[in-house]
Amino acid sequence: MALTAPADPADLVSTAQPGPPPVHRRSRNPITWVREHIVGIFAFLAFVYLLLPNAVVVLFSFNNPTGRFNYQWASFSTHAWTNVCEPAGLCSSLVLSLQVGVLATVGATVLGTMMAFAMSRHRFRGRAPTNLLIFLPMATPEVVMGSSLLTLFVNIGIPLGFWTILIAHIMFCLSFVVVTVKARMASLDPRLEQAAADLYANETQAFWRITFPLVAPGIAAAALLAFSLSFDDFIITNFNASPSSITFPMYVWGSATRGTPVQINVVGTLMFLIAILAVGISQFVSWRRSRRA
Amino acid sequence: MSLDSLDPTQPAPVQESTNGDEVSGDLVLTRVTKEFGTFKAVDDIDLTIPQGSFFALLGPSGCGKTTTLRMVAGLEHPTVGRISIGSTDITGTKPYKRPVNTVFQSYALFPHMDVYENVAFGLRRRRKKDVKKQVDEVLELTELTALSRRKPAQLSGGQQQRVALARAIVNRPGVLLLDEPLGALDLKLRRQMQVELKRIQTEVGLTFVHVTHDQEEAMTMADTIAVMNAGRIEQMGAPVELYEAPRTTFVANFLGQSNMVDCTITSTAGDRLIADMHGTSVAMLTARSTVTSGKLLLGIRPEKLHVITDEVPAGDLDVVKGGVITDSSFIGVSTQYLVRMPWGQELMVFHQNRDTARVLAPGTPVTLAWSPEHAFGLSAEQDAHAGVETVDEAAS
Amino acid sequence: MTAFAGLERGSQGPAQPPPDSGKTRGRWTPYFLLLPGMAWLAVFFIVPVVFLVSMSLQTGNIVDGYELTWNFGTYGDAITQYWDQFVRSFIYALIATVAALLIAYPLAYAIAFKAGRFKNLLLVMVIAPFFTSFLIRTLAWQVILQSDGIVVGIMEKLHIISLLQWLQLLPTDQVIFSPFAVITGLTYNFLPFMTLPLYASLERLDPRLLEAGGDLYARPFTSFRKITLPLSMPGVVAGTLLTFIPAAGDYINSHLLGNTSTTMIGQVIDGQFLRVLDYPTASALSVTLMATIVILVAVYVWRAGTEELV
Repeated sequence: MALTAPADPADLVSTAQPGPPPVHRRSRNPITWVREHIVGIFAFLAFVYLLLPNAVVVLFSFNNPTGRFNYQWASFSTHAWTNVCEPAGLCSSLVLSLQVGVLATVGATVLGTMMAFAMSRHRFRGRAPTNLLIFLPMATPEVVMGSSLLTLFVNIGIPLGFWTILIAHIMFCLSFVVVTVKARMASLDPRLEQAAADLYANETQAFWRITFPLVAPGIAAAALLAFSLSFDDFIITNFNASPSSITFPMYVWGSATRGTPVQINVVGTLMFLIAILAVGISQFVSWRRSRRA
Repeated sequence: MSLDSLDPTQPAPVQESTNGDEVSGDLVLTRVTKEFGTFKAVDDIDLTIPQGSFFALLGPSGCGKTTTLRMVAGLEHPTVGRISIGSTDITGTKPYKRPVNTVFQSYALFPHMDVYENVAFGLRRRRKKDVKKQVDEVLELTELTALSRRKPAQLSGGQQQRVALARAIVNRPGVLLLDEPLGALDLKLRRQMQVELKRIQTEVGLTFVHVTHDQEEAMTMADTIAVMNAGRIEQMGAPVELYEAPRTTFVANFLGQSNMVDCTITSTAGDRLIADMHGTSVAMLTARSTVTSGKLLLGIRPEKLHVITDEVPAGDLDVVKGGVITDSSFIGVSTQYLVRMPWGQELMVFHQNRDTARVLAPGTPVTLAWSPEHAFGLSAEQDAHAGVETVDEAAS
Repeated sequence: MTAFAGLERGSQGPAQPPPDSGKTRGRWTPYFLLLPGMAWLAVFFIVPVVFLVSMSLQTGNIVDGYELTWNFGTYGDAITQYWDQFVRSFIYALIATVAALLIAYPLAYAIAFKAGRFKNLLLVMVIAPFFTSFLIRTLAWQVILQSDGIVVGIMEKLHIISLLQWLQLLPTDQVIFSPFAVITGLTYNFLPFMTLPLYASLERLDPRLLEAGGDLYARPFTSFRKITLPLSMPGVVAGTLLTFIPAAGDYINSHLLGNTSTTMIGQVIDGQFLRVLDYPTASALSVTLMATIVILVAVYVWRAGTEELV
């Protein structure tokens, strides 16, 4: 519950104090300029480092390479954009990744949200081991999780394929869901539930009318995270897949040795655009909502 | 003035209620105790709060007042004891089935609902008819009509406070609980809301139980105050009565300031006690003392003391000579003096600046005088400074 | 980004006791809510690790089957044989973690204190690389670091190439398929994991503390060293763990950006499991990797004094 301006002593203090020291616009000496903006310059270079590969992916989606590998810029072409499914196996691997991603997201979100509610709204014995069990998968290298699951499946004779991939994905997404939803629950004032009880809402009503709507953004964020983790996973999937269940990252991995079709860059660019669009829309909606009122 | 002028068990005139089906009547706590492990937060409390009154539970932090409130709300369960409203026992009733509503300290407004929906929440849960009419009425009463479609985050502190109040009173509960409701507001707004709360309480006629550590707030608003300390009720009564005739040093010190002087009762004369105050004979009313023989603590409020530099005026006064001013501070409406008495104790005096202000410098020899009717006598078997330091603690 | 802020907060904050509302609800509700998820983690995380340990102590082959013989010798042989790859993995991960910290700290600092109303936009830009597949972005580094490319040209002009050669990170003139390329890829891929926890802990820092530092005669750098840095330590600890752990086990970067002399342990485990099919050796390597990381993390967390992390 945010305190509003007049009630917040911090605000009074900050308005009572003189503002930040004025920036001295000294001589246009370049060394002085660099010294004053050193953090900003570092940050800019870091962003270049972070986003350069994405720029290359977008750029090379319009390439018309001369050989099997899409490494050298040859000439501009929109061929790959108009023939996304041309390389054999690419679109089927995309479909498989989407199927696994959706199911793993639903599974991990439901199980993880239940756990997060239990942990932040109930007292129970064995809290410490529960926390440990949730933390461990996040602190284990993927290669260990992938290989140990493979050992399990080989030992008890479960054939590798769609279902083993799904099991693995739900497993490694689960902890991230719990942590994300728990963080949202922690920021929720427990007095809101008490207030609901005080206003004649029974436990079920308090949950669906107060707790759930307020935690929903956290659950949505957790689901998005789970989907992107699942969709992007290579190492664990590679251990638990069969030659007939090739996910999109496995397809990319394979193509890195056989020859990389330009369509991979098209898919990468599309993923980037869709995500940016989603972020943009959600920002716009929350901006509209805050302006309208 | 009688110590028993207000009998809390006497029910106040019953207010007309719009909802005949509601549980109503006095809120009664019978021998209620609440233990957390080995710690007794509330220790064997008996309390009757008359229907329609504005009742304040006053005490320093940790005195058990909030625990008492939470037990009435159903958020805690008494270890021992019974809570009822009128003839209905609510001790074991779930919070959402009690005819009790709370204005929470931090308001706990539902951030995803607008003002209207927040206020309508309780009515909708109980599937009431005429939700719109009732909500509109309450919004009108609390001057929130224009803000009904705003979200809590878009309201000022005072507006949020009014929403919290509207959300509770719209249900016309048998008892309305207010948990330090003005704590988050700044001083000016708090004064305004005190008046507002009192007005609304008078208009709706509901029983208000107000928990606070601010003695001024309690005295401004409440008809009856119960002062709590260490899980027990020290004294209960009208504000004037508590201030003028405290029965424990805790109450004397927690509500305003008091000078406490060790005395020994020597004789009685009519309705008066004669006591020896470090060699000076002083008189006080027997009715205003909790002890009638042996040692006692004579209490006198700083504003009741007169500082005299020349002739002692004639009249019915207790007079003690030989004081020396050790500190004086001019604060506008009054001047505060610390006066060192011959027996070493420093007494505080507030001198009203009715005439042209004349501040006496430290070192000035003075005589102190007061009317015997203003002194009160307390048992000497208690800490004379109880409740003093807790004031600072509660204020912080 | 919520996830990382949350992860950081959730793992750093002292375990807050749940509110007192629990009593009014069913005693078995929490167990009922926890059971499915906990069972999933137990069956598909704990049990497989037990199988992995068991497999590492078995002898046999893929055709005739395996038998538990408590053959601890596998560990000795595997570690001796792949000692170089183990050491290399941890050195690469360490360099990448330090590099990521050095890059991420100014970045997080700039977003937290200098970005103003662009804060959210910049945060989106930090996670934006995630939106494109990890593998596709790593492949893009092959394009960026190719021998006659612009980046390599700039590096030559600035004499970075000769510096890297002097540091033994570039055995030849070729930048791609070198230790430098692998570490560049590792640093790049895990940079957001470093930046977001750092941002979360810096963002909570009250800028008035720095004003107070300045008021008390601390120069800006002293304020940073004595106030900002200590208060952002939880973020540093979380960020370094989130970078080091996956980097040590990663093999995508060393496979796509390195050569046969940059092989990391993950690559060996993958090869032993999926191509050589020597399950006991692969399991022993896997268990050793996990144990080493658990010990390193435990020592690190203990030294950093953040026991509540788990």
